[in-house]
Amino acid sequence: MSIADALRERLEDKTTDWYEHSARRIYVSVRPQDLKEIASILFKEFKLRFAIASGQDTPAGLEILYHFSFDRSGEIISVRVLIKDKKKPEIDSLAPLFPAAEWIEREIWEMLGINFKGHPNLKRLLLSDEWPQGKYPLRHD
Amino acid sequence: MSHKVVIPIGPYHPLQEEPAYFRLYVEGEKVVDIDIVIGYMHRGIEELSEHKHFDQIPFLVERICGICSTSHPFAYVNAMEDLIKIEVPERALFIRTIIAEMERLHSHLLWLGLAGHFIGYNTVWMWSWRYREPILDMFEMITGNRNHYAMMKIGGVRRDIRDEDVAILKKTLDDLVPVVDMFKGAVMDDPVIQARLKGIGVLTKQQAIDWCVVGPTARGSGVDIDLRRDDPYGAYEWVDWNVIVEKDGDIFAKTKVRILEMYESIRIIRQCLDKMSPGPIDASVKDIPPGEGIGRVEAPRGECFHYVRSDGTNQPIRHKIRAPSYMNVASNKIAAVGGSISDAAITLAAVDPCYSCTERLIVLDRDTKKKIMNGWNLIKLSQAKTEEFKRV
Repeated sequence: MSIADALRERLEDKTTDWYEHSARRIYVSVRPQDLKEIASILFKEFKLRFAIASGQDTPAGLEILYHFSFDRSGEIISVRVLIKDKKKPEIDSLAPLFPAAEWIEREIWEMLGINFKGHPNLKRLLLSDEWPQGKYPLRHD
Repeated sequence: MSHKVVIPIGPYHPLQEEPAYFRLYVEGEKVVDIDIVIGYMHRGIEELSEHKHFDQIPFLVERICGICSTSHPFAYVNAMEDLIKIEVPERALFIRTIIAEMERLHSHLLWLGLAGHFIGYNTVWMWSWRYREPILDMFEMITGNRNHYAMMKIGGVRRDIRDEDVAILKKTLDDLVPVVDMFKGAVMDDPVIQARLKGIGVLTKQQAIDWCVVGPTARGSGVDIDLRRDDPYGAYEWVDWNVIVEKDGDIFAKTKVRILEMYESIRIIRQCLDKMSPGPIDASVKDIPPGEGIGRVEAPRGECFHYVRSDGTNQPIRHKIRAPSYMNVASNKIAAVGGSISDAAITLAAVDPCYSCTERLIVLDRDTKKKIMNGWNLIKLSQAKTEEFKRV
């Protein structure tokens, strides 16, 4: 059984959408409140490697894709969450689960203004100290 | 009496994609904490890319990094081809692979030279940079440029490799093998180098997994990952080669991985040159449909990750780029803490990040902020330790 099938079985009731773009590229939509639990299952139970996350401002809300890589078969499971509230966007931080998420969450926080609840060290990563507060370079509004 | 000092390392340097500023907290000889600050050269390339035509982006992302300059466009075209779902002509895949492996050779030689310099082996430095030159000459012959080769294109490559160049490239590779043999002997059998690098800057397997490090940094810690085998792209499926994995997690293991990988790169290029048959080099992509794609490449430093989303226009609406050092540099927090100050330069350099940073090391007294040591002194300190080992 491929990792995608095993995961599909395990996460059955937690995913809202499952889309296989190609053989090794799978996109899974989940609810923001389930993210931390699902990330923990992917990282600790299925031993996937966290590759990176990418944030995106869409008309429907702020979207984050967490890309997990399963290196034995080359599959990438991209977990998609949509945060509808653009005024005060918030999501659980994954940095307490694995330190590798620390930097990218800081980056998404400063670029898109998404607050990561429970992040150990939420401060600017790339932007200079002179950059004005409350301006987010990757927002489209 | 403990005497705490702060050593700021960095931040600026012109060579690599991620200039970093390390603040080392030192008690006596021992590094007790480290702060990593990046962002000094943040150029907003992800945002810039959203305002470029799909065909202009390879040139843009090629300029993210001067050393592994073909890895970013390679990962980008992989992402676009995943998005469009097209087949790329076989000859183009072989040419891409050859360019990527030549890049690994020159990048590993560059690292080896700088690592040698930091521990006081300036002969290793001079030699490895001298033997890196013929590879850059080959790049000039094949692509017209010593760097920023501009070979990658969505659906293929921009230039073919001429038949008359193949023989010259093969001769250069033949000449390189004894050079790598020499480095292998000079570096791996030298007791002083072993004393300087073994057990230093250790990243255990579990730490490597938790910090999600990639490339030689992961493989040196016993994590058996290599995208060329795991998520095959280019022509890697059609050639025979090995993934080099070492268990110890110290700088010696990372050095060994890089040296042995050079043999594999030479093997890959030779097989590609033999197996390559004449044919088209471009699939002539016309339209980019809406959708999303992910492309990955095993750059000399590890996994280079590109995510592109298109809405059907001629520009992407999102282009996420993750260079390998983004994951590897963060792991220095583990590798350098607990080590000695004279090992700091080589430990931070072992993940193959920016080097000019280390030229800018300054030691400050925490109370008076008085400068007591600069970058040159730190390299001197590192070199002096080697001299001491040589005497024993």
